[in-house]
Amino acid sequence: MHATSAEPLARDTEHRSRADARHDLIFRLLLRCCALIVLAALLGAALSTLWGGRDILFKDGLHFLFSSEWNPVEDKYGALAPIVGTLTTSLIALVIAVPISFGIALFLTEIAPNWMRGPVATAIELLAAIPSIIYGMWGLFIFAPFMASIEPWMNDTLGNIPLIGQLFQGPPLGLGLLTAGIVLAVMILPFISSVMREVFRTVPARLKESSYALGSTTWEVVWDIVLPYTRSAVIGGIFLGLGRALGETMAVTFVLGNSYNITASLLMPGTSISSSIANEFNEAVGLHRSALIALGFLLFVVTFIVLLIARLMLRQLARKEGR
Amino acid sequence: MLTSIKSPSRLGALAIALAASMFGLTAQATDITGAGSSFVYPVISKWSAAYAEKTGNHINYQSIGSGGGIAQIKAGTVDFGASDMPLKPEDLAKFGLGQFPDVIGGIVPAFNVAGVAPGALVLDGTTLADIYLGKITTWNDPAIVKLNPSVHLPSSRITVVHRSDGSGTSFNFTDYLSKVSPEWQSKVGEGTAVQWPAGIGGKGNEGVSAYIKQIPNSIGYVEYAYALKNNIGYAKMKNAAGTVVEPNTASFQAAANTADWKNAKDFNLLMTNAPGAQAWPITATSWVIMYKTPKNAANTKVAFDFFKFAYSSGQEAARSLDYVPLPDSLVQQIQAYWTSEYKQ
Repeated sequence: MHATSAEPLARDTEHRSRADARHDLIFRLLLRCCALIVLAALLGAALSTLWGGRDILFKDGLHFLFSSEWNPVEDKYGALAPIVGTLTTSLIALVIAVPISFGIALFLTEIAPNWMRGPVATAIELLAAIPSIIYGMWGLFIFAPFMASIEPWMNDTLGNIPLIGQLFQGPPLGLGLLTAGIVLAVMILPFISSVMREVFRTVPARLKESSYALGSTTWEVVWDIVLPYTRSAVIGGIFLGLGRALGETMAVTFVLGNSYNITASLLMPGTSISSSIANEFNEAVGLHRSALIALGFLLFVVTFIVLLIARLMLRQLARKEGR
Repeated sequence: MLTSIKSPSRLGALAIALAASMFGLTAQATDITGAGSSFVYPVISKWSAAYAEKTGNHINYQSIGSGGGIAQIKAGTVDFGASDMPLKPEDLAKFGLGQFPDVIGGIVPAFNVAGVAPGALVLDGTTLADIYLGKITTWNDPAIVKLNPSVHLPSSRITVVHRSDGSGTSFNFTDYLSKVSPEWQSKVGEGTAVQWPAGIGGKGNEGVSAYIKQIPNSIGYVEYAYALKNNIGYAKMKNAAGTVVEPNTASFQAAANTADWKNAKDFNLLMTNAPGAQAWPITATSWVIMYKTPKNAANTKVAFDFFKFAYSSGQEAARSLDYVPLPDSLVQQIQAYWTSEYKQ
């Protein structure tokens, strides 16, 4: 090659690589901006709720967290009942939704015939697209009367079991923590099961086939091969569902009974953080409004703690395996 | 944009409509804004439609809740606010505001007890307060039986239903209970949201009535118009004079007539437990709140004209929505208040 023609080529390459570097830089900055926007939004929301709730937090401090009184007439507010209600309903939802989602995901990836997998998976994703107000209406007009009809039976049977019996004793209203928890379970089911289904499909076929070849049953393959392989993603999916359950507002407001109670019975009405805010924000002024905004901040805190626990759990599991 | 319309006749029509609306609006029409109480929202929208037809002026009312209405008028972002609870005269004076009632409505105890026909049940204030305090827990409690000797009442447990959202309806209801029951007053008090000693909360009139319909042996309270529309059985009440009255236009108006408006500065008076022989004990109104020295004179003038129109020509519209127009004596008092208090 002639030196004269090689030079522009080198210059060209240099030019190209400089341009590439510049593009890379811009791209990197752009991506960083995207990530920062999320962080800024989160921080902004947390700080502005903290700022809005400063009146009650300064006035009552920790007492606000541990008081179960909610009395707008005397301007006394405590967040305990909404926090307990939020955690209880979300826990009920998880207890019901996780095993069922696991079953659905397993069925769709391991057992169902091929022609069935697509339509059922689509149906589950459609369930996720139903607005929460529709779940609320369904809960109020169809599911709550059904619960009211079976609650006397619950009182007589489950209510007599020692230790947990108290959970199932109460008036047969059809509304309350249990009903809200079950409605929430239906709502988060599609989220958890579609995540599980996706990750179960990523398990390499040779792992499963090797296990089958060694004589494992389907259950053994799932429990010893599929689940360990996908564990962190499965837990991630569960917490995605939990996040939705913690913050769900409308559907819960419809069926929870909206009363500032802390009781041992799941059949009694309760309240949750988000439904308290939705109910009372319109007419709240002064300290009342501040207390509601502070509740919003507490929802952040509760969610954050729950996610933290999830992280710690994952780490603990990883350590146990010696990874 | 106009070029996309092909047909010349349509273009002509559009031009005429445009010209008409432009000249019509710029010539004299004013848009005034109001915000607040959701209780009056249906009747204000009906009035404003009729008013717009007559004068071309539009009333843009947002039902954001009484608290919001008060905040907005104080901030001066609207021409009038509407609230289900009156402001105290000293608060009004501090901000240079005045207030006056606009329309009357009733709140009725609604119930769902198998075998008891709608309207067959009679309650009085103290009994209602004791039910809501959780002291009376069954339908065949002696206090209820005494008021209803001829009604067969079951021994079932009463499920109490209240509003879960802050509302003027709750405010008037709890104000009534406070007036008739010292225990209620000391333990619970009155407010748009209170610490309910018993029961479950439904969101809005629709939430409460849905709960009442679904839960056997329940009792709640809803706006009269709402109970009528949804065919919910409501109870009669024994009023302050000791008469058993039915909720209807006549008994609401009787309450408005016999309430002591003459001595109420700035109409700061709740009509609950009104003394009249035929007065419905849980009668409510809402108040329009406006600046005495208008921030926007032209708009305020239209607002006054609108309420004048509502008091005179709006009566039929109010009745059709099961609200009750203000009695004439009260309207006269309000108009005297306008001339004496407001710089128009």
